[in-house]
Amino acid sequence: MGTITRGFANNITTSGLLLPGAFNNSSFNNVTSVASGAVDSGAMQFISTSTASTSASIAFAFSGSYKEYLFFYTDIHPGTDNAQFMINFSTDSGSNYNVAKTNTIWLSQHGESTENSVGKFYKTTLDLENATGNCMINVDSGADADQTTSGYLHVFAPHDTTFVKQFISTNNYSQSGDYSIHSHVAGYANTTSALTHVRFIMNTGNIDSGKISMYGIS
Amino acid sequence: MGAITRGIAGNLTTGGVFIASAINNTSVGSVTSFASVPSGGSLKLLQTQNASSSATIDFTSNIDATYKSYMFRFYNIHLATDGAEFEFQADTGTNTNYNQTITSTYFLAEHTEASGGGAFSYQDSRDQAQGTAFQHLGVDLGTDADQGCSGFMQIFEPASTTFRKDFICQLQQAHQNDLSLVGYIAGYFNTTTAITRFRFKASSGNVDSGTIKLYGVS
Repeated sequence: MGTITRGFANNITTSGLLLPGAFNNSSFNNVTSVASGAVDSGAMQFISTSTASTSASIAFAFSGSYKEYLFFYTDIHPGTDNAQFMINFSTDSGSNYNVAKTNTIWLSQHGESTENSVGKFYKTTLDLENATGNCMINVDSGADADQTTSGYLHVFAPHDTTFVKQFISTNNYSQSGDYSIHSHVAGYANTTSALTHVRFIMNTGNIDSGKISMYGIS
Repeated sequence: MGAITRGIAGNLTTGGVFIASAINNTSVGSVTSFASVPSGGSLKLLQTQNASSSATIDFTSNIDATYKSYMFRFYNIHLATDGAEFEFQADTGTNTNYNQTITSTYFLAEHTEASGGGAFSYQDSRDQAQGTAFQHLGVDLGTDADQGCSGFMQIFEPASTTFRKDFICQLQQAHQNDLSLVGYIAGYFNTTTAITRFRFKASSGNVDSGTIKLYGVS
């Protein structure tokens, strides 16, 4: 006991202040949480991740009360060649994904084989006009073993009950004809009801693999 | 006292270091702030301003060399005057002229809620070539009760005294003619003086409502 007392005494000042030597990393092994706000964890909070595995769709609830939600999707690989990766929203806790949307979609592209395939295109056949169908965020994605889509989706103020709900998505993907395509999709969900969920889905087949992570921005 | 001494001693190594059993969640329950512990995230909320029939919304502090870039995020910016434009400028030091020299680009994609349409265009009336006017962000915004615009703008190294100051913005909007419109705006402030403040306003009338948040990006 005497040895312990002397050792501890060396770790406090004469006024009783604990010195750095009083603690090491192991000292805090039983501290698993601190009071809310005690440590600033930043304005962008990870909420959840969903990993596709031959998945018909992947849905997320807009949990919490964040002003904005950000989804990062990585290496989304379709089960079917030429599939469209799409989103839709729900206002009834995921029972229906059929919110009216008006959006734009344009692409810039470059083929692997020829300079003639470069260009930028507004896709008048793929945008939505206050329609409740799914919103395409890529077009004719390739299903070769090494082909994928990666990008992000912002959804602004989904809990709001006054305004329409704006969203912006930017992606790059491997098109089935071996193009690199940069797709830009933006629009609004034309409802003043709060959005409760977003769903990612292919127009045909499933989401073979890939990861989608949701973050809240406060 | 004897009992207390024995209890403490049991939670110390012979060198006087607290072991894990000395500290648990309850021990730190009264600690509500670790002032010097850096944020765990890379996005730090610095300031929030809510518009309320506001002639201007100024951010005049927090913008310095602390962060490599700063990000403004816009939520449901709703103007009072139909067809007005949402715009911004910057200034240096404690100046209030908001007339820094800007060279910028502006292109947009738009799509009507009604049938047809869908276009992609460069906006040569909304770019600037060494101009000192306010830079357009939102285009002919609608003032229906549910219309607004949301998006984000990043400013890179505003405190640099060597380089110009680049900015990039994406703004998804509800146009006065019921269009979904997304603006892609980018440019630079052509000054090597540190920029310290930003002003947001409507081209006509005021900013009826909406939220602008300023973040530091580390």
